[in-house]
Amino acid sequence: MQMPDPDPAILARKEAIVAKLKSILPEDAVISDPAEVKVYECDALTAYRCPPLAVVLPASTEEVAAVLRLCHGEHVPVVPRGSGTSLAGGALPTADCVVLGVARLTAVLETDYENRFIRLQTGRTNLSVTGAVEDEDFFYAPDPSSQLACAIAGNIGMNSGGAHCLKYGVTTNNLLGVTMVLMDGTVVELGGAHLDAAGYDLLGVICGSEGQLGVVTEAVLRILRKPEGARPVLMGFGSNEVAGACVRDIIKAGVLPVAIEFMDRPCIRACEDFAHAGYPDVEALLIVEVEGSEAEIAEQLAKITEIARSHDPLELRESRSAAESALIWKGRKAAFGAMGQINDYICLDGTIPVSALPEVLRRIGEMTAGYGLGVANVFHAGDGNMHPLILYNANAPGELEKAEALGADILTLCVEVGGCLTGEHGVGVEKRDLMAVQYAPEDIEAQLRVKDVFDPDWLLNPAKVFPLESSKARRAA
Amino acid sequence: MAATMTEFQPETEAELAGLIREAGAQGGGFAIRGGGTRAGLAAEGAARLSTVGLSGISLYEPGALTLVVRAGTPLAEVEAALASEGQVLPFEPWDARALTGRTGTPTIGGVVATNASGPRRIQAGACRDSMIGIRFVDGTGAVVKNGGRVMKNVTGLDLVKLLAGSHGTLGVITEVAFKLLPGPAATASVVFDGLSAEEAVGAMTAALGTPFQVSAAAHLPAGAGEASATLLRLEGLAGSVAYRSGELARALRRFGMARVVEGPGDWPAIRDAARLGGSDGAVWRISAKPTDGARVAARLGPAEVMLDWGGGLIWALAPEDFDLRAALGGVPGHATLVRAGAEARARWGVFHPEPPPVAAIAAGLRARFDPKGVLNPGLMAPHDPVPA
Repeated sequence: MQMPDPDPAILARKEAIVAKLKSILPEDAVISDPAEVKVYECDALTAYRCPPLAVVLPASTEEVAAVLRLCHGEHVPVVPRGSGTSLAGGALPTADCVVLGVARLTAVLETDYENRFIRLQTGRTNLSVTGAVEDEDFFYAPDPSSQLACAIAGNIGMNSGGAHCLKYGVTTNNLLGVTMVLMDGTVVELGGAHLDAAGYDLLGVICGSEGQLGVVTEAVLRILRKPEGARPVLMGFGSNEVAGACVRDIIKAGVLPVAIEFMDRPCIRACEDFAHAGYPDVEALLIVEVEGSEAEIAEQLAKITEIARSHDPLELRESRSAAESALIWKGRKAAFGAMGQINDYICLDGTIPVSALPEVLRRIGEMTAGYGLGVANVFHAGDGNMHPLILYNANAPGELEKAEALGADILTLCVEVGGCLTGEHGVGVEKRDLMAVQYAPEDIEAQLRVKDVFDPDWLLNPAKVFPLESSKARRAA
Repeated sequence: MAATMTEFQPETEAELAGLIREAGAQGGGFAIRGGGTRAGLAAEGAARLSTVGLSGISLYEPGALTLVVRAGTPLAEVEAALASEGQVLPFEPWDARALTGRTGTPTIGGVVATNASGPRRIQAGACRDSMIGIRFVDGTGAVVKNGGRVMKNVTGLDLVKLLAGSHGTLGVITEVAFKLLPGPAATASVVFDGLSAEEAVGAMTAALGTPFQVSAAAHLPAGAGEASATLLRLEGLAGSVAYRSGELARALRRFGMARVVEGPGDWPAIRDAARLGGSDGAVWRISAKPTDGARVAARLGPAEVMLDWGGGLIWALAPEDFDLRAALGGVPGHATLVRAGAEARARWGVFHPEPPPVAAIAAGLRARFDPKGVLNPGLMAPHDPVPA
C-alpha cells in the first residue's frame, strides 16, 4: 500500500502544533504521546497502520471548527474518524496528520416524533440512535453489521447500508440535514426537518464522501415508526444458480421483502459450527424477511413460499415464533465472527446486478481455486451487494498479498458484469487504486473538482478514495 | 443533427459534447431543455439545446428492479414500459403541464434535472433517491459517468445526486439509471372531509406516525361548493391495503368518520397540483417541516394553497406581486417559483436564496463544471430581488 511520504517540516514542528491544539481545546482532548496515539494507528482494516502526529477529541462544533481552522493555517492534514470500524481503511492516519475523532460528540439534540426526525451529534453509535427512540416505537433504518460500535459520522462518511436497505434505503436516503465544518473552519448547515435541497443537492454529495469534503458534527436523521411485526423464512437450495433465480423471481413478483440474505455452503457451514442456528446442509441458503401485521405477513409469505416451491427447495422453514426468528438470523448475524474464528479473512464489498449472481459466484469459485485460497459468500442478495470473505493465513508469508490479488480480481469481475467496487464499505485506501477499473480519467476528474471546491488545499483525509496518480498534482500544489 | 429554428437536437453524446465545446470556444450559451413543459424553470435568451434526440431505454431488468434510460425519452414511454411488468418509478414524478399549460412531452431527463418528486416522496424518497447512475456532458464538453446500474454503490463521490435537481447547470444529463419498485397491487385512500388546515396537518402527522405505511398524505382546502378533503393513501397487496385502511381510519377516529375510497382516486391531480392550473398568478412550491404546513398556509394570506407530503409540501397560487418568501417570515425551508410571468420571475427569483457559505460552494461547483458559462446561463445563479 503506497502512502505519500509525511511532510518532514510538519513532523519537525510537532511540539509547536500540539501546543497550539492544547491552547484551543481542553487538556484531555489532545493526545500526542506516541504510546497513546498508537490506539489510532488503524481502523478495522488492520493490515495497514500508521500512528498519527496527534489525536484530538473535540466536544462541540465550535471546537471542531477551531481545530480545522488551526490545521488549515498550519497546513497540517486532518484525518476524520468515527468509531474506527472502517473495513476500507477510511480512517488510516498519515504520520504527519492530526486525527480528529468525534467520540465526544454524542448528544441527542432534538427528537421530533411528529415530524419523524432526530437531530444529534455524529459521534453517537448507529444502534444508540434507535435506542433513543424505540420507547416510542420508532427506529433508525440503516443497520450496518457494525451498528453496535460504528458512529453516525462514519455512516455518513461511507453512506453505510445494512441488511434492511432493500426496503428502507441506505444512509443517504435517511439523512435530512447536516452541520458540517469545512477545512478552513467555516460551519455550513444543509437541509433540516424539511425535505429536499433548495439548490444543488450538496447533502447528497457529502453523504459517502469519506471525509474528503468536511467534518460532519451534527445530523438530522429520518426515523420511522416500527412495523407491527416481522418474520423471516429460511430456504435451502441445491445450487447457487437456483437460489439466484429464486431471488430474481421474488423481486419480480411484486413483493418487496425488507431483506433477502444469501449464504453459500462454506459460509453456512462456518456459521452453523459457530452459532448452531440449525441451518440445513445445502449449497445455498436464503433468509427472506417481510414486515407487517400477522395477516399481512401471512399474505406476503404465502406469495414468497409459493415462488420458492417452484424452485424445488431442499428446505423451507417459516418462523413460527420470536425464538425461531432469532435462530434463523443468529447464524447470519454471526457470519463475520464465525469466519474470523476459523481463519483470517478479507471482507469484500462489490455490488453486481442481481441477474449476474449465479455467473459471478461460479467465476469467483474458479478464481479462488486458481489462487489456492478459500472464499465464503454471504451477502444482501436483494440489492446485489456481495461480501465474499477471502480466507487466508496471515502467518503464512505471501498469503495476504495473494488474498489481496484475488480480492482485486473479484472486484474487477464485479465491475465487468456491470457492478461496482464497493456497495457500502467505501473506497478508503483499500480500493483507491482500483477506482480506475470502474471510472475513466474524466469521471475521476469530475470528482476531484468537487473536492477542490470543498477542500482546495487537499488537507482532508489525504491519499484516500482517489488513485494517488490522479490526485498527485493537486496534493503537491 | 436536426436543428429547428435555433433549437439543437443532438442524437449522440459525442455530438452533444461537440456542440458544448464549440459554444464554449465562441462564448455562446445554451438553454437546456427536454420537453419544455417546465419552461418556467428554464434559462432564457440563449439558443436552445434539447435532449429529445437522445431517446430510448438502454436496459430494463425487471428481475433486478433496474432501468437505464436516455434523457430525452418521454416519461410516458418509460412509465408504459414499467407498467408492462407491473413496476413503477418510486417517486411518482409530477407532470407540470396542468400548471404551466404547456403542451410539450415531458422527458425523463427533465424530471431528473428538476428532481421532480410527487406524493410518494414521503415514503419512497425523492427522484434523487431512486437514481443509481448517471451520464452527463459537463460545460467543458467532457463526458462523465457516475454511479452505475446497481442499487448499492458508494464508489467515489456521489455526483448522481449532485446532478439531480441541478437544472442543467452543471452538465447536460444524457442517461440515467433508476432503481424501481413493484407497482401497488391495490390502492385505497382514507379520506376525511371538512377538516381545517390545522386539523388536517394533525391527522396527517398522526397517520404518518402509525405503522400502516401511508404512502401519501395531502390536504385540499375547501373550494367552490366543496368541503375540504384530507387524503391518506395506502398501497400494497389487496389484503394488506384493506387491513391497513380499516386500522388507519380507526386510529384516527378523533378526526372524524373517514371514507375509504378504493383505487387510485384523485392522486394524479394532487400530484400535479392541477387545481391551481388554469388561473392567473404565480405558483410556488414550498418545502417546510410538515407540522409547519398549516402555519405556513395561514401566513400566505391572499394565496390559494394545498398541502402534500403530510404538510411538508405547500403548493401556493398567489398574486404575482405577492412577496411570498417574505411572508414565510423565516420558517425553515425553501420556496421555488414554479410558474410565473417574466416580471415576477425577475422580481422574486425562481430559486430560494442560500446562506453565503452554501452559495459559495454552489458557485464554486458551477465554475468548475461549467467554467465558460455555457449551460443555462443565468439560471440558478444568485439572485438580487428587483425592487418593484
